[in-house]
Amino acid sequence: MLINAGAQVGIFCLLVFFVTIPLGRYIKRVFTAEPTFLDPICRPVERLVYRICGINPATEMDWPQYAIAMLMFSMAGMLLLYALERAQEFLPLNPQSLGAVGPSLAFNTAASFTTNTNWQAYGGETTMSYLTQMAGLAYHNFVSAAAGIGVAIAIIRGFVRRSSRTLGNFWFDLTRAILWILLPISIVLALALVWQGVPQNFEPYVHAKTVEGAEQIIAEGPVASQEAIKQLGTNGGGFFNANSAHPYENPTPLANLLEMLAIFAIAAALTHTFGLMAGDVRQGWALFAAMALLFIIGATAAIWAEQQGNPMLTAIGVDQSASASQAGGNFEGKEVRFGIVDSALWASVTTDASCGAVNSMHDSYTPLGGLVPMVNMQIGEIIFGGVGSGLYGMLVMAVLAVFIAGLMVGRTPEYLGKKIESREMKLAMFYVLIFPAAILLPAAVAIASKPGLAGISNPGPHGFSQVLYAFTEGAANNGSAFAGLNANTAFYNIATALSMLFGRFMMKIPALAMAGSLAGKRIVPQSAGTFPTNGAIFVVLLVGVILIVAALTFFPADALGPIVEHLAMISGKLY
Amino acid sequence: MSDRKAPVLWDRDIVGRALVDSFRKLDPRVQLRNPVMFVVEVTALAVTIILLRDSFAARGALVKFELQIALWLWFTVLFANFAEAMAEGRGKAQADNLRKTRTETYAKLVGADGSISSVAATSLRRGDVVMVEAGDIIPGDGEVIEGVAAVNEAAITGESAPVIRESGGDRSAVTGGTTVISDYIKVKITANPGETFLDRMIGLVEGAQRQKTPNEIALSILLSGLTVIFLLVCVTLYPYALYGGTILSLPVIVALLVCLIPTTIGGLLSAIGIAGMDRLVQHNVLAMSGRAVEAAGDVDTLLLDKTGTITLGNRMATEFIAVAGVAVEELAEAAQLASLADETPEGRSITVLAKREFNLRGRDLAQHNARFIAFSAQTRMSGVDIDDRMIRKGASEQVLEFARSNGGAPPPELAGIVEGIAKSGGTPLAVADRGRVLGVVHLKDVVKDGIRERFERLRAMGLRTVMITGDNPLTAAAIAREAGVDDFRAEATPETKLRLIREEQAQGKLVAMIGDGTNDAPALAQADVGVAMNAGTQAAREAGNMIDLDSNPTKIMEVVEIGKQLLITRGALTTFSIANDVAKYFAIIPAMFVLGYPELQALNVMHLSTPQSAILSAVIFNALIIIALIPLALRGVAYRPLGAAAILTRNLLIYGLGGVVIPFIGIKAIDMIVAALHLA
Repeated sequence: MLINAGAQVGIFCLLVFFVTIPLGRYIKRVFTAEPTFLDPICRPVERLVYRICGINPATEMDWPQYAIAMLMFSMAGMLLLYALERAQEFLPLNPQSLGAVGPSLAFNTAASFTTNTNWQAYGGETTMSYLTQMAGLAYHNFVSAAAGIGVAIAIIRGFVRRSSRTLGNFWFDLTRAILWILLPISIVLALALVWQGVPQNFEPYVHAKTVEGAEQIIAEGPVASQEAIKQLGTNGGGFFNANSAHPYENPTPLANLLEMLAIFAIAAALTHTFGLMAGDVRQGWALFAAMALLFIIGATAAIWAEQQGNPMLTAIGVDQSASASQAGGNFEGKEVRFGIVDSALWASVTTDASCGAVNSMHDSYTPLGGLVPMVNMQIGEIIFGGVGSGLYGMLVMAVLAVFIAGLMVGRTPEYLGKKIESREMKLAMFYVLIFPAAILLPAAVAIASKPGLAGISNPGPHGFSQVLYAFTEGAANNGSAFAGLNANTAFYNIATALSMLFGRFMMKIPALAMAGSLAGKRIVPQSAGTFPTNGAIFVVLLVGVILIVAALTFFPADALGPIVEHLAMISGKLY
Repeated sequence: MSDRKAPVLWDRDIVGRALVDSFRKLDPRVQLRNPVMFVVEVTALAVTIILLRDSFAARGALVKFELQIALWLWFTVLFANFAEAMAEGRGKAQADNLRKTRTETYAKLVGADGSISSVAATSLRRGDVVMVEAGDIIPGDGEVIEGVAAVNEAAITGESAPVIRESGGDRSAVTGGTTVISDYIKVKITANPGETFLDRMIGLVEGAQRQKTPNEIALSILLSGLTVIFLLVCVTLYPYALYGGTILSLPVIVALLVCLIPTTIGGLLSAIGIAGMDRLVQHNVLAMSGRAVEAAGDVDTLLLDKTGTITLGNRMATEFIAVAGVAVEELAEAAQLASLADETPEGRSITVLAKREFNLRGRDLAQHNARFIAFSAQTRMSGVDIDDRMIRKGASEQVLEFARSNGGAPPPELAGIVEGIAKSGGTPLAVADRGRVLGVVHLKDVVKDGIRERFERLRAMGLRTVMITGDNPLTAAAIAREAGVDDFRAEATPETKLRLIREEQAQGKLVAMIGDGTNDAPALAQADVGVAMNAGTQAAREAGNMIDLDSNPTKIMEVVEIGKQLLITRGALTTFSIANDVAKYFAIIPAMFVLGYPELQALNVMHLSTPQSAILSAVIFNALIIIALIPLALRGVAYRPLGAAAILTRNLLIYGLGGVVIPFIGIKAIDMIVAALHLA
C-alpha cells in the first residue's frame, strides 16, 4: 500500500519536474519572441491574426491599459457565450436537438467558463449542443487559459523590469499563448487520449442493448479535443456530467496520469519561466519548491484519510485494510480503474491547480479526505494553481511573506530587488481580502436564507460543507463539484457566478496594478544584507505564511464543516 | 563619545505620566490614527453597552463574564496607549533635560556702527550679529564671523571637553545654549527664536512633530487589511453557527475578533517608532525625520572620509630601517634626538616609537649644547645640532643633498628602501648625521584600532564601504587594504563625493555619508542618509538629515545599526502577533460551539477548564502580552551583525515559532489562575 502510493506520487512528481524545465524554457522563448521550432507554422498565423484584428504587437501597454484590454476581451467573450447558449436550438451541430439553456444557468455557465472556473451546474451531454461545447465552451477553455498565462507573463515583466511604465501587450501575449503553447500541446495530448480510447466524432448518441437487455444511450462526440484543453488550461469542465470519472473522458490509468500531468504542466513550467526571466532560476525553483511541498502534504493527507476508510465500518468488523484482493479504505464514489491512490491524488491535483476536473466524487470522501481539496482551494489556488493565476497568486503571497518576515533582517522588504512599499502592500491586501470575501460572505447569505438552504441535500455540518465548498471552488475558479448541492437554482447560479467573477477579475486587477507599480521601480542590487528569496529558508517561510493566512481565514468555517464532521465520525455520528 | 543616558525603563515619573496619558488617549480621535486599536475600542464600547443592558436584566452569571470581557478589552486599549505614552514620556524626559539649558539669556547685540547693546536673546532675529565673550552663553544658533573661542557644548552633547569654534573653515557653526569659555567671538545669528537647533531637537525627541514613516505606513496597511479579514471571518461566523444551532453572543464574537486582529503589533507600532528616534538621541545623534532613521537601515553603501574616520589623521612613525653598517638603535637614537624639540605629531611619534622599541629615553636638550633646527618649506628638513653632531631628518632628496654637502656618499640601498615605503603608502623620512646617512623612518597613516573589525561587521550586514581620500592612488590603496574597506577613491575632490553618490544611487543603492565642511553640503544633501557633524559648518548641518552631536565620524555605523534594529523590531513583533493567533483559535473555537457541536471539544488541546474561562483567558493573554512586550518595543530587538539569512533564521525561530508556542503556555497558565479564582 505504502509502496503503491509512494511510487504513484513519486513518479508523478518526477514527471512534473522533468516537464517544468523544457516547457518553462520554451514559454520564456515564446514571450520574449526568441526563435522556437514552431515559428515556421505559428508566425504566419500570428501575423494574419494581427493584420485581421489591426493589432500592433509592439505597442507596450501600462497596467491599466493591459487590464482594460483583458477585461473587455473577457466580457465580450462572456456575452457571446451567453448568447450562444440561449440560441443553441436554432443553430447547427445540435443532433440531439437540445433546447435553449435557461437564463440563470446560461449566465452562470458563461461566467464559469470565462473565469476559467468551469463549474458546471448542468450535465453536459443533456444540456449543451456540440456547437455550444466547441465554439462556446472549448473556445473559452483556450482563451481564458491564454488570458491567465498572458496576465502572469505581464506580471512577471512587472517584477523583473526596471524603471518601466509598461507590462507588455495583451494581444501579443494572448495570441502567442494560444498559438505556441495551448494549441500545439492540446493537439498532441488529444491524439494521445484518442490512442487511449477517448472518442472524437460528431455522431449522434449510440443506443445499445445491455447484457440484461435494457436500453442504454451512450453519449459521445468531440471529446478528446475538449479533454486535452480542459486539463491543460486547468479548466476542468467535462464533456460529460461524470467528468473525468467517465470512461470516455479518462479511460485508462495511463490516460489518468497524462491528464494529471497536463493539469500541472504549464503552471509548474511558469515558475521556471519566472526564474529565467528574473535572471536567477533559483527564484523560480523556490516558488516551485513551495508549491511542491504544499502539494505533497495535501496529497499525502488525502490518500491517508481515504485509505483509512470509515472507523465506524471498522468498528462493526468490516476489513478496510488494503490487500492483494481489495483496495481497502473508503471506496465510495471512486472508480475501480483508478483506486484510492489515483483518486485521492487526482483530487489533490485538481484542487491545487484550480482545474476542477474530477475522477471521483469528493462529496463521498471521508471528512478529512474532503477537507484536503477544500483547503487546497482555500489556500488560494497557488499550489501550482491555475495556468497563470497560480503563479501570480504565489507571487502576491511571496510579496506578503517578504513583507511580514522580511523586516526581520533589518531592511525595507524587497523582492527581486524591488522595494515593497505601501502601494504594493495596499494592493496585496486587496488581493488577499477579495478572496475570503468572495467565499465567506455569499456562504453566509446562503446558509441563512431560504433559497440557499433549499439546495442543501444532507443535514448537519455536511450540508454546510456543501455550501462552503460551492463558494470556495467558485471564488478559487476551480469548478470542481463537491456534488450533493443542488446548485442549478437561480440563487446558486447567480451567487456562484458572482463569486467566480470576483475571484477572477477583482484579483487579477490588483495583481496587475502591483506589477505595474513594481515595474516602475529601480532594482536594488543584492548584498549580504538582502533577504534571500531563492533559498530553503524562504521556501519554509513562504509555506508557513501561506498556511497561516489560509488557516486563520478559514479555520472557523472549516471547523463547522469538515472538521466537526470528522470529529463526529470518530465519535460515531455520520451525516 | 559620551552616550546620553537612557532613562531607567520603569522610571517612576515617566510611568506616572504615561498612566495618565493612557486614559487621555482613549479619545476616539486619537485612536482613529491606529485602525487596529480603534476597532478594539469600538468593540469594547459595544460590549460595555451589552453589559449594561444585561445588568439591568440582572443576569448574574452572564454579567460576571461580560464584565470581565469588557474590562479586559478596555485594558487592551489602555495597555497600547500606555506603551505609546511610555515611549513619548522617555522622549519628553530627554527634552526636559535639554530645556533646562534654555534659560533666559541676554545678548550683546553689535550695531551697524559697531556699538554694543544688551538685548534679550529672544528678540534676536536672523542676520543679527552678537558679541559673545568668555563666560557668556551663546544666545542663538549662528556662524562665527570673527574670532576664535573655546566653547563648552555639554548642554547639547553631554561632552564637557571644550571644542574650538573659529571664523571661516569648517568649525564655524555655534549652537544656542552653549557657553564660550575663553576668548571672544562675533556670531551672526542664523535662526529666529523658536526655530533654533535646540528647539527643533526638543520638538523631535518629544515626538511632537512625529509623522508616520513610509515603512510604518505600509505595515499599518497590512495590519488594517488583516483586521478587515478577521472582521469578515467573525461576522460570517454568526450565520454559520446559527445553521448549526448555536446563537453566538456579541461579547463572544468580539472576544474572538480582538484576539485575532493584530493588537500586539498594532498596539506597539508607534512606541517602536518613537523609541527608535529615542535610541538615536541616546547615541547623541539627532534625526531630522523618522524617514531618515528607516533609510539608515536600508543603506547599501557607506562613504567614509579617510582622515579622522578610518585613520587617526596623522602620520605616525612605525618602523626604523637602518642602512647597511648602521645599527637600528643608532638610527632610532638619532631620529629621537632630532625629534625631541619637534612638537608635530610626526615628531612626537618618532620619540614615542624609539622609546617603545629600544627603550630610549628622551634627554633634556638644555644640558647639551643643542640647537634645534625647525622645519621649513625651503629646506624640507628639521633636526638638531647637538655637541658636534648635526642630525637632520626630512625628505630623502634633501637629506641626501645635506649628506653630500657634508662630504658623505649616499648608501646604495637607500633608494630601494625609500621606494618600498612610498609604494606601501607610507612616507619615508631619511635621517643623516653630517655626511653619514643612517637610514629611514617609516611614517604611516595609522588605521584606527578596531576599524577593520567594524568594517567586517558592516560587510556581514551587507554594506559596502568606500573610502574617500585626497591621497595618491598608491597610498590610498595601501590604507584601503589595511583598513579592509571594499573600495576607495583616491585624489578625490569635493565633487568626487557627489558624483560617487549619484553613481551609486543610479544603481538603485542607498548611500550614507558623514561630512562636516561646507563643500560636503551638496553631497550630504544628495545622500540618502547624510550625517552632519555638529562641529561642522552651518551649511553642512542644514544639508544633512541627521546631526551627530559628538562629531564622531564613525557614528554612522551605529546609526545604521539603529535603523536596522528599528525595522527588525517591527518585523519581529508583527510575526509574533500573527503567529499568536493559532493558539487563540484552539482556545476560543471549541469554547464557542460547546453546545452546538460538543465534538469540537477535541480541539481544546489545552484542556481549558470551562468555555467561559477559555475565552476570557485568551482575551487576558492578548492584553497582557502588550504589557509584556513594552520593554522589547522600547529597547528594540537585540541586533547582531550577521548576514540576512542568519538573522532571519534566528528571528523566525524566536518570534515565529515562539509566537506559535508561547500563547499555548500563556493561555493555559491564565486559565488555571482564572479557574482557581473562580472568575469564570
